[in-house]
Amino acid sequence: MISFPFIIAISLISLGFFALVLKRNLLKLVMAVHIMGSGVNLFLISLGYREAGIAPIFTNAPGLNMVLPTVQALTLTNIVINIAIIALMLSLAILIYQHYGSLDTRKRKLKE
Amino acid sequence: MFSHTLALLIAVPLFAAFFTPLARRISRKFMNLWVIFSLGISEFLVLVLAKNVIKGDIQVYSLGADFPALTSPDGFPIRIILQADAIAVFMALISVFIALLVGVYSWRFMEKEKSRDKYYTLLLMLTAGMLGLIFSGDLFTMFIFLELLSIASCGLIAFYIHKGESSEAAFKYMVISAVAGLMILFAVGLLYAQYGALNIGALAAAIDFTFLDITALAFLVAGFAMKCGAAPLHLWVADAYGEAPVPVSALLVIASQVSLYALFRICFTLFGVSSAIGIIAWLLIILGVLSMFIGVTMAILQTDIKRLIAYHSVSQVGYMLLGIGVGLALLGNMTSYGIRAMEGGIFHIINYALYNTLLFLAAGALIYRTGVKDLNKMGGLAQAMPFTTIFFLLGSLAIAGLPPLNGFASKLLIYESVFRFNPLLSIIAILVSILTLASFIKVFYLAFLGPKPTEFKEIKEVPKSMGLVMGVLAFLVILFGLFPNIVVDNLVSPAAQSLIEQFQYISAIL
Repeated sequence: MISFPFIIAISLISLGFFALVLKRNLLKLVMAVHIMGSGVNLFLISLGYREAGIAPIFTNAPGLNMVLPTVQALTLTNIVINIAIIALMLSLAILIYQHYGSLDTRKRKLKE
Repeated sequence: MFSHTLALLIAVPLFAAFFTPLARRISRKFMNLWVIFSLGISEFLVLVLAKNVIKGDIQVYSLGADFPALTSPDGFPIRIILQADAIAVFMALISVFIALLVGVYSWRFMEKEKSRDKYYTLLLMLTAGMLGLIFSGDLFTMFIFLELLSIASCGLIAFYIHKGESSEAAFKYMVISAVAGLMILFAVGLLYAQYGALNIGALAAAIDFTFLDITALAFLVAGFAMKCGAAPLHLWVADAYGEAPVPVSALLVIASQVSLYALFRICFTLFGVSSAIGIIAWLLIILGVLSMFIGVTMAILQTDIKRLIAYHSVSQVGYMLLGIGVGLALLGNMTSYGIRAMEGGIFHIINYALYNTLLFLAAGALIYRTGVKDLNKMGGLAQAMPFTTIFFLLGSLAIAGLPPLNGFASKLLIYESVFRFNPLLSIIAILVSILTLASFIKVFYLAFLGPKPTEFKEIKEVPKSMGLVMGVLAFLVILFGLFPNIVVDNLVSPAAQSLIEQFQYISAIL
């Protein structure tokens, strides 16, 4: 049995991947990377989900019925890393636009 | 006193990185000295670490524990663990040593750049990322340091921000790195979902090769192979190495070697002998042969000196993948030539680091004095820059695998052992070596011999510090070629053993 969040996560990742392969616009590439990142985040978060679990504070959950804290930490870290990467890529896209006058990867002509 | 060496090794370059802009406020000279000093400290720490670890005992350090060796309270490794075994120390020795040389070389090479403090910050961050990736004992920390390495190198590739090409190269690099990183994280998620652990040792002990594990292995191999610049995803290599400042290209080579190390760590330590081992080993061998062949054929066509060396780097990565792949194929029932192949692959890592850095830095010396990267515009530089000529010649003979230089020593190990595994692979490897020689004869003729263009009348030899760095590298290239057995016995053999001995690793962590 595969649960619903996993299907969404996998489809987000593959959506991002196909966009990365098929699209030619730099901004769309940035979006593709971001969508892939969100897919992976969703995958991680849904790994830790437990039905009727509570927040992972040990003293509140004597029966250990809590969602997994480690994957949440992983997700938080990955969100931060993803933001750094996206910001870096967008700033590079701006620079490329200034130099080439286009965001299309096929139209590569340096401005004089 | 030295029980915290492992944590310090990551902390020192990171602290130095963020202190560098402050040091710049004091004076430029102080900043340069500070960078070299901090890298020197790191090198010293690695040497201290190496002294114990090479003998065979694995050192572990758990962050935030009451005492460093407390890795698994209640028998469950839950903390972030750093580990150092022979192969990790081997990689750390190379990377910090090259980073130190690059730091010295950059002193004069980058002196005209205004934003040198940011350059040095990123350089030290890259070093910290490499060391973290090498020493981290769990998969997620590995991922974090891989991203630190990627982001720092992306910034360095885009350093010449006034050129469109370098932004483009950095963008390409970042796309590949981001996708590789996400693949690795996805695989980490898959493994965590099944075993509830991130620690490599704990995972290796628990793993039982389900379908999901093999999927995770495929994602991990794909991710790290993308990062180490093997074919068919070598596309970023030429752009990134070609457009980055020359010292950075040399350091990026080492960064790709560190990704290669992570790949080996995954294949050998995490998975070890499994049902999928044959497929993965042949995958590595095929990737290796493809990289060798595509790299060298593309290199012959290049006229930009840095792009040419970059394509040769792709081809050289192929040799390591070939050697280690053969070792992995034989891991279950290890034969003497399987170990030889692994030693050849690992020995080639250090040799490649030395001569490729030498080549990049010598090419950088040419660019520093002439200001052009196009080989067709160079010529007759042998007279004006005799030392650089000798260094470049040594580097190119070593990369082509001519005796008595170090490239020959490790390539011979690979040829011999791979021949006994499969003669065809060995023949391809020798053929690639010949093509490499042909390509470098062209470079040598175009850049150093022939008529001298009139605008190069005033060319002088490079500054002393740059010459010194190249001299040290050239000395080591000759030394390792003349006495390969010393290096193999003392450094390479323990490193190969530490990859093969999976159980020793597991018992050290748990």
